[in-house]
Amino acid sequence: MEDLPDADTPPTDMPPRYHTGRLPNSKAGDGKPRLLLMGQRRSGKSSISSVVFHKLPPGETLYLETTTHIKKESMHSFMDFQVWDLPGQFNYFDPEFDVENIFDEIGALIWVIDAQDEYLEAIGRLNQTILNLQSRYPSINIEVFVHKVDGLSEDYKSDTFRDIIQRVQDELSDHGYENAPVSFYQTSIYDHSIFEAFSKVIQKLIPQLPTLEALLNSLCAACRIEKAYLFDIMSKIYIATDTSPTDIGSYEICSDYIDVVIDISEIYGWDRPAEEGKKELIETGNNDAESLITMERKGNNYLYLREINKYLALICLMGDDSPQDKKSIIDYNVGVFQAALKQVFPRADREQLQPE
Amino acid sequence: MNTAKRQKQRKVLLMGKSGAGKSSMRSIVFSNYVAKDVRRLGATIDVEHSNIKFMGNLMLNLWDCGGQDGFVENYLTHQRNHVFGSVAVLIFVFDIESREFQADVISYSAIIRALEECSPGAKVFCLIHKMDLVQTRLRVQLFEERAEYIRSASEGFRDVVEFWATSIWDQSLYKAWTQIIYFLIPNAGTIEALLQQLAEIVDARELILYERTTCLMVTHVTRGVESNNPFTDRFERISSILKTHKQSMAKHTGIPAGSANFAEMQIKTGRFMFFITRLTENTNLAASIPASEQVFNTARINIQLVRPKFAELDIAAKPRPGIQQAFAHSADSEGMRREDDLSRGRGKEAVNLGEF
Repeated sequence: MEDLPDADTPPTDMPPRYHTGRLPNSKAGDGKPRLLLMGQRRSGKSSISSVVFHKLPPGETLYLETTTHIKKESMHSFMDFQVWDLPGQFNYFDPEFDVENIFDEIGALIWVIDAQDEYLEAIGRLNQTILNLQSRYPSINIEVFVHKVDGLSEDYKSDTFRDIIQRVQDELSDHGYENAPVSFYQTSIYDHSIFEAFSKVIQKLIPQLPTLEALLNSLCAACRIEKAYLFDIMSKIYIATDTSPTDIGSYEICSDYIDVVIDISEIYGWDRPAEEGKKELIETGNNDAESLITMERKGNNYLYLREINKYLALICLMGDDSPQDKKSIIDYNVGVFQAALKQVFPRADREQLQPE
Repeated sequence: MNTAKRQKQRKVLLMGKSGAGKSSMRSIVFSNYVAKDVRRLGATIDVEHSNIKFMGNLMLNLWDCGGQDGFVENYLTHQRNHVFGSVAVLIFVFDIESREFQADVISYSAIIRALEECSPGAKVFCLIHKMDLVQTRLRVQLFEERAEYIRSASEGFRDVVEFWATSIWDQSLYKAWTQIIYFLIPNAGTIEALLQQLAEIVDARELILYERTTCLMVTHVTRGVESNNPFTDRFERISSILKTHKQSMAKHTGIPAGSANFAEMQIKTGRFMFFITRLTENTNLAASIPASEQVFNTARINIQLVRPKFAELDIAAKPRPGIQQAFAHSADSEGMRREDDLSRGRGKEAVNLGEF
């Protein structure tokens, strides 16, 4: 805990308003939280990072080559983070590896277990890693993805999931490590579950999360919105939602909705040459994309999307009670929300307001 | 407009070798299946008839003919007149992966001869299907080779047969079917003329008319620089986007996919504004307009007002009470309409309708 005092000096020149945005373990470095993807060979680590961060169609992950060295990738979004893909065939606690370099500044360790394969060995290695890490970096989040569950039947899936949790926890407590900070997720790249799991992993790394949730809660209360998500547009990970119970269905429809808006924006957002002899109507104030779907059956608003900044979009699922004339209330409140968010993420604010 | 084209029931034969993908195609285009759902389909036994109402005045009488040799033999002999009589369109599906291409073409020739004998005025579309299974760089060449070979076996239809490369995994399927449907629509010219006028009045960059259940494009009008839009396949792409979105809405709301319709979807960005809304009982109108609230609102109102005109086209001769009711609210606004700018355009429309 010697390096804790360092964490008081923020890495940016902007004064912090809410939190430092840093984790206790992080040194003064670049302040980018790091996600480590670990697991046995062929457990699906590279596929996961390609599908989530590079939008590779899941079917094409079949053709990915085996990763032979550590792959480091930086993600620029509402906050910068790095994803390191660690090939499964090495023991990273071997003296020949620079342990410090790998595990310093780590935000979360994601351990991928292939649920369709023999997983005892994977669990053994996972526990070894956890035990090695906990003495030196006790506050690392350990996230276990029980992966490739799409191929399993419902019953078998939940049995496997429970079995893995049981084994990991038993073994850790045998070594005297009770209540380890390990979370488990069932994932597959063929549906939305991998994105949902990543969302939860990333959310733990956002120090502003409670603030964001409070903002979304008050937005929902003010406009009677059923569910509101704040999405990272590029990766389709949601970085916050209001605190009402969430289900994968709501996430799915919002995520699909982003696709619709992005696809259509791509088609009609091309650079048009200025039309000659025709004064272009240029209006200010609607540069942020906005979208709304009204349902036919009840004539109510159903889905609402608003671009918050370069990286983030707000998507609201309206409840049944949402007549069309309520839209102005929503517009106003979303504007307020947007302003509040600029204070929470000063960085995005800076980029947006450069001309002023 | 010739009289044959005004016929309301159009018989469409869907033929090809067993396993070529006829029923898969049909269920995706007409029954709201997604590509991966088609695995559930079994072999088609004999002929499956379906009547599909398309644009109100056009009823597709689709004969999905099982492709096993025994059935084909039967169509060509005992049922020859029954199957091949008064056919408007023959859609013949070739599997690009077929191991017996020669045999497929021989069978195709036999069918073409029967068609020539019973319905010489029919139109033939050949779909070379499952193109996704061919490597991208070989696709064009292979398609052309096959098309040429098939053309030489097309007997009397040699000069009129049309070829399309299709796959259920991308928008090429929609592209081919759009052409087929366009051929079958009896009053395409009138609809286009009316759309053109509407586009001028509302200053739209592009108007696209989609059929509601299938999301296939009926026709479109493009003005000014929009004709340089680099996405030349945008019509099919939007078909595909709408279809996917429909699935996702159906899944979330629990409404069957057939009726999970939105009343309106709007997308507003700094570069363009887009909305898609119901136009008639069977059609949706998509409009891409300049990024201006003012133009956007005028366009929406004008499109609402023009609905009855399109409804008349849609239902052909006999107005049904159901539709009158559905558009009762639009009729109320008739009075308003006179004061509207639209009155300029009305005169022209009236002339057009006289022809009809």
